Amino acid sequence: MNDDSFSIAFRREKCHDFLLKHDVELVLNQYDAIVIGAGHNGLTNGAYLAKAGLKVAVLERNPYIGGATVSRELYKGWYYSNCSYVSSLLRPEITRDLELPRHGLQVVPFGGGATFMRNGDYFGSYSDHDRHYREIARHSKKDANAYDRYAADTSRQTRLIRPFLLKTAPDPTSLKPRDLRDLLEFAGSFTALGEEGLLDTIKFWTASVVDYLNEYFETDVIKAHMAGSGIIGTALGVYSPGTAYVLLHHYMGDVDGNVGSWGFARGGMGAIADSLSKAFRSFGGEIICDANVDEIIVKGGRAKGVALKNGDEYYADIVVSNLDPKRTFLDITNPKDLPADVIKKAENFKIRGSSGKLNIALDGLPVFNGLDPKNRLMQGDLHFSDSLERQERAYDDWKNGTWSKDPYLDMMIPSLTDPTMAPPGKHMMSVFVQYAPPKINGGEWTDEDKDGFQKSVIDQISNYSPNFRDLILHVECRTPREIEAEVGLTEGNIFQGELTFDQLLFNRPFPGYAQYRAPIKGMYMCSSGTHPGGGVMAAPGANAAREILRDLHRPNPVPGGYADD
Amino acid sequence: MTKYDAIVIGAGHNGLIAASYLAKAGHSVIVLDGRASPGGCASSKAMGEGFTVSDCAQWITQLDPQVVSDLKLGQHGLSLGEAKATIALQADGDHLMIKGDQVSGAGITSTDQAALRTFKSQIQTFTALMNKAYQARAPKLVDHNWTDRITLMKLGLGLKLMGRANMQDLMRIIMINIYDVMNEHFDHEGLKGALALDAITGTNMGPRSPNTVFSYLHRAIGEQFGIKGPQQVIGGMGQLGMALAQAAQSLGATIQLGTAVTSINKTDDRVTGVTLDTGESLAAKVVLSSADPKTTFRDLVGYQHIETGMARRVEHFRTRSGTAKLHLTLSGLPSFNGLADDDLSERLVIAPSMDAIESAFNPMKYAECGPSQVFDISIPTVEDPSLAPSGQHQLTALVHYLPYAPTEGWDALRPKVLDQLIEQLGIYAPSLRQQIMTSELITPADFEVSHGLSGGNWHHGELAIDQALMMRPFPGSTQYQTALPGLYLCGAGAHPGEVSWDFRGKMRRTNCSSKET
Repeated sequence: MNDDSFSIAFRREKCHDFLLKHDVELVLNQYDAIVIGAGHNGLTNGAYLAKAGLKVAVLERNPYIGGATVSRELYKGWYYSNCSYVSSLLRPEITRDLELPRHGLQVVPFGGGATFMRNGDYFGSYSDHDRHYREIARHSKKDANAYDRYAADTSRQTRLIRPFLLKTAPDPTSLKPRDLRDLLEFAGSFTALGEEGLLDTIKFWTASVVDYLNEYFETDVIKAHMAGSGIIGTALGVYSPGTAYVLLHHYMGDVDGNVGSWGFARGGMGAIADSLSKAFRSFGGEIICDANVDEIIVKGGRAKGVALKNGDEYYADIVVSNLDPKRTFLDITNPKDLPADVIKKAENFKIRGSSGKLNIALDGLPVFNGLDPKNRLMQGDLHFSDSLERQERAYDDWKNGTWSKDPYLDMMIPSLTDPTMAPPGKHMMSVFVQYAPPKINGGEWTDEDKDGFQKSVIDQISNYSPNFRDLILHVECRTPREIEAEVGLTEGNIFQGELTFDQLLFNRPFPGYAQYRAPIKGMYMCSSGTHPGGGVMAAPGANAAREILRDLHRPNPVPGGYADD
Repeated sequence: MTKYDAIVIGAGHNGLIAASYLAKAGHSVIVLDGRASPGGCASSKAMGEGFTVSDCAQWITQLDPQVVSDLKLGQHGLSLGEAKATIALQADGDHLMIKGDQVSGAGITSTDQAALRTFKSQIQTFTALMNKAYQARAPKLVDHNWTDRITLMKLGLGLKLMGRANMQDLMRIIMINIYDVMNEHFDHEGLKGALALDAITGTNMGPRSPNTVFSYLHRAIGEQFGIKGPQQVIGGMGQLGMALAQAAQSLGATIQLGTAVTSINKTDDRVTGVTLDTGESLAAKVVLSSADPKTTFRDLVGYQHIETGMARRVEHFRTRSGTAKLHLTLSGLPSFNGLADDDLSERLVIAPSMDAIESAFNPMKYAECGPSQVFDISIPTVEDPSLAPSGQHQLTALVHYLPYAPTEGWDALRPKVLDQLIEQLGIYAPSLRQQIMTSELITPADFEVSHGLSGGNWHHGELAIDQALMMRPFPGSTQYQTALPGLYLCGAGAHPGEVSWDFRGKMRRTNCSSKET
C-alpha cells in the first residue's frame, strides 16, 4: 500500500517535469524504466523492477517474446525450442520468488543420455547410480570406481560457485567498503577449502576439460561423453585450458534441487519466457513487441529513454539493455555518449559464434546402433563423438574458418518426455551442433554453406541410424547467421560472450563495468553478457534489478545469496 | 658409509647452484649425476668433425645476474655473448627486425611500432610484479606463516600500485591466450607471430590456448634483469655447466659424475640417503632432487613409498612438450634471402603468423607431424667461431611442434621429418641444403633419454597456471619441501620453473639452513 502510493507519487512527479518539457501525448510513452529485449533476463529484470513498484516497459524487436527462450510452431503441429532447448540453470530462488510454476512453468527432468560409438556399441549415462556404475564398468572397471570420486570433486566445485550466482561480483580494484566486504566473503569461501582444496579449485577453473577428466578416467568414449559439456557454446576445444570451467558452468544448475540434472520445460523453452512475462504483467508491467530500438536517448549525460527505428520514442530515467555488450555499446548507444575505453573494450569483447542448430520434425522414432527406442537413454542427450580426438578435430575446423566436417552433436528428442511438442506418434528432434564459425573463411555464410553444414549433421546422424533420413518431415537449420539475424545474438554466441576468465565474474562484460551499471547515468545492463553469464539462468536480470533498486533507494524485493539446495 | 649434510641429485644448473649455496653456507654437499659432464640441460656435445653444439638449451634468456656474481661465474669461465635482436623471417625476404620495444622492416606501420612500445612497457610492469613473486618462495594461500603472509601482502600491494588500468588488464589477460592479446594490440601478422613464439616455446600449447599469456610473461621476466635479448654462451652451453661446477667445487661441494642415483632411500618415513648404480649407498641429513618430479617420486622414491593421493598427483603432473631441436653442421656460412652476413649472428625466427603456429600445433595433438613447423634459429658460430673448424658453421634451431610419440614411431619418421625441416628452411635459405655436412634431429622423446626430462619437457613440467607458483609441482609438495621429510625439490619442477633460471637454489639455501643448522 505504502509502496504503491510512493510509486504513484514517484510517477506523478515524473509526469510533472515532463509536462514542462514535452507536449502531452508523449507522456503516454513515459515510464519509470525501459528494458530493451524481452529475453528471459529482460523479463526477469522487468518483473523485479515492476514488483518494486516501478512503471516498466519491456521492448521487444520481434513480434514474439522470449529471445533465445522460445517455442515456435514452424511446422504444423510441431513446437521447436529452436534456440535454447534444455533447462537447469534457471535459479530456483527466482522460480520460487516469482511463482513461475503458478504462471505455468513446469520443468520435467530427463534421464541420462548416450554416446553412440562407431563400433556399433554405445556408452549410456544413467541417472540411477548403480545402473550407471554397471554401465561404466562395462567399459572400464577402473573408471567405474573413479566415478564417485569425480562426482564428489565436481559437486564440491558447484557448491562453491552456486552462492555467487545471485550476487554482484565485487570489484577487486575498488576500495569501497561493500566491495571489500564481498571480496573478503568471496576469499573466505575459498580459503575454507584448505590449501590443497583451494589449489584443486584453481586447477579446476584453469585446466582443460580433458586434463581434468584424465585425473579420473582412462576410457576415451567415457571422457568424450563428459567432455562435451566443456565445449558447448564455447569457441574452445576439449584440449584448451579453461574448458573445465565451462563443464562446471553446465553442472552448477539443478532441477527441483537435483544439482547437475537437466530438464525440459513443458511446452518448450518458450514456457519459461511465458511464465516470466505473466509474472511481469501481474506486477503491472507492459510488453511492447515489434519495437526495434535504434538508439538510447541521452540528455546531459543521463539516459532519458530510447528511440525506435520507426521513429517512436519512449522515455524513462532508467534504461536497461538486455542486448549483448557489443550491441549495447556499439549499436544502440551513440559513441559520443561513451568514454573511449568502453568502446575499445566493447570492440575487444569476445563473443564468438561457435555453434549452430538443427530442429527436425520426425515421422517416428529413429533407431541408433540398435538401441531400443523405448530405452530411457533415448530421453536424454545423445552424441556421436566417441573420442576426444574427434571433438578436438571438430574445433580445428572452426579455427580454420569452416563448420566441422565431423561435428560434435548434442541431440535431444524432447517429445519423448513432453508429448505436447509433437502430434501423437510423431517426434521433435533438437540437434545442437558444435562447431560453426560466425564467418566462413572470413566471408558471410551463403545458402550453399548452410546446406553443406546441414548435410554434415544429417550425414553423421544417418551413419548411426539407418531409418533416420526417411523419418524427416521438416528441418530448420540455424547457422550463426540465422541466430544473429533472428535472436540478435552477435555472431550467434549463445552465452552472449565467451566464458573465459577474462570475461567472468568482475571481468564480465569488462573490468570496471561488471556491476550492471553502464558508463551513462541511468543506463544498466542485464544480459547474459554480465555476471554470472550465459545459459537460461535469469540471474543477470535479477542481479541488475537489485543494483538498480539500490541506486533508487527503493525497497529491494530481489532475492540475494541463495536458498540451499 | 660417508655421511653428508646434503646430497644433490643431478648436476644440472639448478642442482649445482643449490649445492653451491649450501656449500657456501658451510654444509658438506655432494652432487651426483649419471651424465659424464656437468650442466644437465646446459650442456654441449661434439658433433661431426670438430664441432661443439649446445645439445639442449640454446639461449640464455633469464639467468639471474645476482647468481652470476654470487658464484663468481665470470672467474670460473662463463662469458655470455651479445644480446640478440630477433629477426622474423618473411617468405618475401623483407624481414622484420625486433629489438626490445623497437621493430622495423616488412612494411611495419608506425601504429604497430607505437603499439609495441606501449605493449612492452606494460609487460615490464607485469613482469616486475611477477619477479617479486619469483624472487620469493611462492606463498601458500591458506596455511599461512609470516614469510608467506608478507610475500602475499607485498604482491597485493604491488598489484594495487600498478594503477587501476594495469591491475584490471593483468587480471583480465593473465589466464587467457596470447592470440587474443596480440590481436588487441597489433595488426602485422609477422610481428604477432614472432611475439607469440615466445609464449609457446617449450610448451605443448598453441597461440590460441589459454595460459599462453602466462607463459609469455614467464619468459619476458628476463627483461627484469636488464637482459635485452637472448644471449649465447661463448664456447657452448656446456661452458655454463662447467663454470657452475667449478664454482660449486671452489665453494667446497663434491661433484661425482658418471654415477647415477638409482633410488632415494627412506627409513621410518624420513629420507636418509640414496643408492647409486654402483650399488653403493650414501647417507645424508637431507636429499635435494633436481630431477623432475615424475622421475623423483615415481622412479627414485617409488610409489610404494608414498601415499596414494600423492602418487596420483605425481602421475597426473603434466610433462608434455612439442619442442624438438635441429642441429646442422655447415661447410660455410649460409645465406638467407634478404639478410646480410652479420645479421646471421642474431636470433632468426620462422613464425610467419599466429595461424601458422597454430596449424603447426594442431597435428601434434594427435601425435602427428605437421607439414610445416615453426623455428627459433641460432647460428652461434658467427659470434663464436670456436664452435666449428675455421670457415665452417653450425645452425641449431628449436623446432615446434613435434610429438613425443608419433603413431608411426620416430625411427620411421625421423629421416622424413629431418628432410622436411631442411626443405622448409630452404624457402628462406635456398643454398642451405648443399652446405649441410651432418644433421641431427632431437625429438622430445630423445630429450627424455639424453637429459632425463620426463616427456621431453624443458620446464620439468608444463608451465600452466595450475602447475605454477604455489601449485608447483603439485599441492602437498610445494615450497621445495616434499611430503617426505628430508627430501627437497630444487629442479625446474619446483617454483618458478625454467630452463635457464636460478632462484630456486638461493631459496633452497634459506630453507635448508634454517632447517638443518
